[in-house]
Amino acid sequence: MSELKVGARVRSSVCTTEGMVVACPPDGFELTCGGAPMVAVGDDPAPGYHLDSACAGGTKIGKRYVDESGALEVLCTKAGEGTLAANGALLSEKTAKRLPSSD
Amino acid sequence: MNVMMLLEMAAGAFDDRVALTCGGQSVAYAELFAAAGSAAVEIRAADAAQVALLDTSGPAVPVALFGAACAGVPFVPLNYRLAPSELDALAARISPALLVTDAEHSETIRKNGQPGFVEIHESASFSSRHLGASEQPDVWDMDPDGVAILLFTSGTTGVPKAAVLRHRHLTSYILGAVEFASAGLDEAALVSVPPYHIAGMAALLSNLYAGRRIVQLPQFEPGEWIRLVAAERVTHAFVVPTMLARIVEALDAGTDARSLASLTALAYGGGKMPLNVIERAMDLLPDTNFTNAYGLTETSSTIAVLDPDAHRAAAANADPVVRRRLTSVGQPLPTVEVEIRDAMGQAVPPETRGEIFVRADQVSGEYLDQGSLLVADGWFPTRDGGYLDEDGYLYLDGRVDDVIVRGGENLSPGEIEDVLLGHDAVADCAVVGVPDEDWGEVVAAAVVLHTGRRAEVEDLQALVRSQLRSNRMPAVIAFREELPYNETGKLLRRIVRAELSADSGASDAAQRPEETP
Repeated sequence: MSELKVGARVRSSVCTTEGMVVACPPDGFELTCGGAPMVAVGDDPAPGYHLDSACAGGTKIGKRYVDESGALEVLCTKAGEGTLAANGALLSEKTAKRLPSSD
Repeated sequence: MNVMMLLEMAAGAFDDRVALTCGGQSVAYAELFAAAGSAAVEIRAADAAQVALLDTSGPAVPVALFGAACAGVPFVPLNYRLAPSELDALAARISPALLVTDAEHSETIRKNGQPGFVEIHESASFSSRHLGASEQPDVWDMDPDGVAILLFTSGTTGVPKAAVLRHRHLTSYILGAVEFASAGLDEAALVSVPPYHIAGMAALLSNLYAGRRIVQLPQFEPGEWIRLVAAERVTHAFVVPTMLARIVEALDAGTDARSLASLTALAYGGGKMPLNVIERAMDLLPDTNFTNAYGLTETSSTIAVLDPDAHRAAAANADPVVRRRLTSVGQPLPTVEVEIRDAMGQAVPPETRGEIFVRADQVSGEYLDQGSLLVADGWFPTRDGGYLDEDGYLYLDGRVDDVIVRGGENLSPGEIEDVLLGHDAVADCAVVGVPDEDWGEVVAAAVVLHTGRRAEVEDLQALVRSQLRSNRMPAVIAFREELPYNETGKLLRRIVRAELSADSGASDAAQRPEETP
């Protein structure tokens, strides 16, 4: 699934992780979770995969995961056991500056 | 992108916890999520292109907002104090719309043949009908360009413009400013700003996403606000400056400040905060963290904040540069760029006044009928005057449109108002430009005196002349019982300008003393 755009909702093929693409680089990318390709929410999981123990750090709901460049950002909308990766490189949790509540 | 995404996450994580309280009624996150789906079915069946709400705060507001989002149509909160003719004009612009409104308006509008509204639903039955739903909503449209909210802003010309806020603007703001599930279980946010104010919409979205229980107060009254803070153990609140002024008045008149002991965070915005009000509030509530939030409807609310630490540092510091920060609106959010530009569109250095321009994913700058007002490279001209200091703190200086152009020179009303307010007989004032054959415009002031006090026009003029240049001196000073404000405390300058323009043509008010250039 290389044609992911901002707003795309994705799900893991090997765990309960679900996410939404918040930002993405112009060139396509391969998004995986737990080592397996992610598919669109509503689609069947990619067949034949199991949770890769090397990518089983887990995702947390509400956290944002980014690649090294920061151009790719995925918001985790449902937690799961797998770790997110793009083009093979693990995504890391974005550390947000704590803002005072202003509303 | 759709704000439903935010509610789905909240419902998934917080489930049966109370999301919202109003009067005696409580609504859980999961309930609200299901209600959105149920309302969407009704909205789609009605073939409504918009969902309008004409009512005070209540459970119907989020049900209608998220129901519209789920159905893929814009939500349009309307000012419930509109005159019938004003309402008709707006209805025509958003037709065909499904309207959710109170019983009284329901009846009146139906009697008039409900032009523009395909269906009218009374708020209480609308919300109870959908809050009982059990089915989870279907997948909804994630088109980031979908319009989430249309908000009519009061223009200086009086004809409201409808700001177009798309789902991506609102979600960018929320994701950038709020950490999901960051609220403690015992936190509660008091929302007393109306749904037709951007702060009212932002408060719903941000608190739902943070997992902070919302307490709605449909009609602000300082005593009731204070009572509710104590009764619901409210920890967070957002107010506009006039509300804070009245709360401070109530505390000074004898209400025990300990009623507000649970209030750890008080944010304010939506207008200029008088320095004496925020200073007094900080004295009365030393344990409360104050945040000044600057934003516009067009920017999906907050783009800059003066945080609690900055408030305390400014209040405690003798250094005038730091002290002055208490009058600033703080620093732009990390996701927001701010630039000050001169009349030619060139960026100016710190400490130079100009127009505030802003660029961020949360900025819309688009209007229903006028289209996008963004300029090159996505910058939005806010029409707010201001300047940045060396450390990136932003200061507001009125609206660019309110600048008085006298003999080709730009005069800031705020500067003159501050001087007049320094006279101890003056309770309030508004400075505007009125047409003049020789100068183009001249300075005019509407002044409200404290009860029982007197002041002479000549004394007030002399005061301004002594502190500012003589061309700032009001040529016209008219005394008034009160100034015209809207419900959220914004001064209606165009009304003052119209009145003083009409007066100055015919009156023999202040004679203009000789001026030195």
